[in-house]
Amino acid sequence: MEGRTVSTTIQQLPSYLEAFLQLQKQSPVHRQESWFRAVRESAFTSFCQLGFPTIHDEDWRFTSVVPIAQATFHLPEYDSDGVTEDDISAYRLEGLAAQLVFVNGQYVPRLSRLPVEHKGLRVSSLAEAMLKDRETVEPYLSRYADYSKEAFTALNTAFFKDGAFVFLPRSLALQEPIYLLHLNTGSATPRMAHPRNLIVAGENSQATILEDYVSLGAGVSFSNVVTEIVAGEQAVLHHYRIEREGTDVFHVSTLCIQQERSATVNSHSVLTGGALVRSNIQPVLAGEGGNCLINGLFISNGRQHLDNYMKVEHRSAHCGSHQFYNGILDGESRGVFHGRILVCEGAQQTDSKQINRNLLLSDTVQMDTKPQLEIFADDVKCTHSATIGQIDEEALFYLRTRGLNEAAAKGLLLFAFASECLERMNLGLIRNYMAKIIMRALPQAKQSEVL
Amino acid sequence: MAMLEIRNLHVKIENREILKGLNLKVNAGEVHSIMGPNGSGKSTLAQVLARRESYLVTEGEVLLDGKDLLAMKPEDAACEGVFMAFQYPIEIAGISNAYFLRAALNAVRKYHGRKEMDAMDFLPFYKGKMKLLEVDESFMTRSVNEGFSGGEKKRNEILQMALLEPKLAILDETDSGLDIDALRIVANGVNAMRSPDRATIVITHYQRLLDYIVPDFVHVLVDGRIVKSGGKELALTLEEQGYVGVETEARALAVAV
Repeated sequence: MEGRTVSTTIQQLPSYLEAFLQLQKQSPVHRQESWFRAVRESAFTSFCQLGFPTIHDEDWRFTSVVPIAQATFHLPEYDSDGVTEDDISAYRLEGLAAQLVFVNGQYVPRLSRLPVEHKGLRVSSLAEAMLKDRETVEPYLSRYADYSKEAFTALNTAFFKDGAFVFLPRSLALQEPIYLLHLNTGSATPRMAHPRNLIVAGENSQATILEDYVSLGAGVSFSNVVTEIVAGEQAVLHHYRIEREGTDVFHVSTLCIQQERSATVNSHSVLTGGALVRSNIQPVLAGEGGNCLINGLFISNGRQHLDNYMKVEHRSAHCGSHQFYNGILDGESRGVFHGRILVCEGAQQTDSKQINRNLLLSDTVQMDTKPQLEIFADDVKCTHSATIGQIDEEALFYLRTRGLNEAAAKGLLLFAFASECLERMNLGLIRNYMAKIIMRALPQAKQSEVL
Repeated sequence: MAMLEIRNLHVKIENREILKGLNLKVNAGEVHSIMGPNGSGKSTLAQVLARRESYLVTEGEVLLDGKDLLAMKPEDAACEGVFMAFQYPIEIAGISNAYFLRAALNAVRKYHGRKEMDAMDFLPFYKGKMKLLEVDESFMTRSVNEGFSGGEKKRNEILQMALLEPKLAILDETDSGLDIDALRIVANGVNAMRSPDRATIVITHYQRLLDYIVPDFVHVLVDGRIVKSGGKELALTLEEQGYVGVETEARALAVAV
């Protein structure tokens, strides 16, 4: 790496370099998966060249990552032993196909529940799959999340220890959801984790997958997640994501979705936690007739900064993409919605719709919303709209004339606003779970609970 | 004692006086119709009774069974039995009619120290009222008024009224935008609720609704005051002659005073 121009934005480069060298010595994954070593080195080089993005970068205009760039984060020791079954009892659900549990980016077999044998179905630790199942993993891993252009993806690719690997064989329709629980135990010294998930849905397969990021303890930390989803021809994937870590956590996540012909991917994300959060959702509609839903809700309070970025790439004709994002901001929090839609040449008959609605509950919040449409085909339908407003006084009066007091009426309207997101989820286990999490994040809405 | 007694009511909206000394007495069991040209203050009266706080009462008083209605918040008035069917019902996405109505019903029951209704008891009750208003059961799960046609919205208002069983019902131009069939359904719903201990105020511009909901008294509101009162035949006279006659009379009266 000598002689390279290093971006000045990585003030802590020596500590990253040290961590990288240490990791190469220590980790069983780094020692044994030699086939991936070149990718990691190339990713690390790329990270050094790119540096952390700055607000001069159009895609990062509203979010400064200076707090992440300035801090020194250490890779965690192997310390999952502290986490017990009792600690995670609140995150157990009946009726799952499998639940994988990760502590600070590390897979914990003793807390995980693997699925019943299905021919060809694989649900395991990614690190394990990289060692034992290279031929299944290699064609997909790091093929979609581009580390040459995105610093956080580069960082994750260089440093990830583990994450989930899900492989659905052709035509398998898995009824029960797969739950990937990522726990952050917090610690006295700032720590980082780079969970990496790979989800491959074979032709005509179907599944529901939940990624949940939770804090079990306090302490400054940095979670940098990358998830790659590859949806084969005609596959249907429902992907749910919850970020509810503590308010001392920096959280960057990148979800790269590759969709083949006629594949459907519904992505639902709910952000309630974290201090500085950036969620990137980047579907590529590579084959004709694909459909992608990006449904999101973020609820911010205090001094939280929640940034929702998405880039939808329509590369083929007859594809549809719908983005619906609702934000509820209180305290002195800040929210960002940045929705980029790129319709490539030849992607005719594209049907794309984007709606971002934001509800401001205090005078000291800030919301930036930015639609960005780049269209290089001439026969397409693309619409977008964004609204920022307070609770509707007319609706409030209407509810009060029916007997609800002001607090209950406000609670009901907040719940209604959040419900728009819930209603786009499939009925069932995960939706009910999401509803409870949303209610917990909206104490005002509790007032209206009649159930 | 009258159920509702309005004495010398003056109301301002954004510094413009809309009601200029309105008097009205409504007894339990009666149906009163308030008619009048556009801009005469009909809807303002309805909104004040439903306690819209941005409307400024500068003079006068309103008593509901002897209690000071003007001191009540909208939710208190509702719990005390005032219900206004909105001229333009509000759409609320994300909340089902069933959820909303049970929350409202339980708020009222709680206010009166009655046991709240659980879903098991609520549903048959709700379904019975839906049948009365000839409303499809899909109403239950649809969001409040969202994507409803004009007629559906008005039917939903009366459905809410049937569930909440107010003692004073105020219909603010419930007939506007309704075709004959919808008008008949809405009127049937209102008539089914007529009872000796309930009073109804029907605010309308046209006489047609009164063919279906026959009032005991008709009042003509012009320029913020009731200028003429009579029986149901007054509505027919107005329908034939229009409001010009009463307006002229009112002006003459104002000059004489």
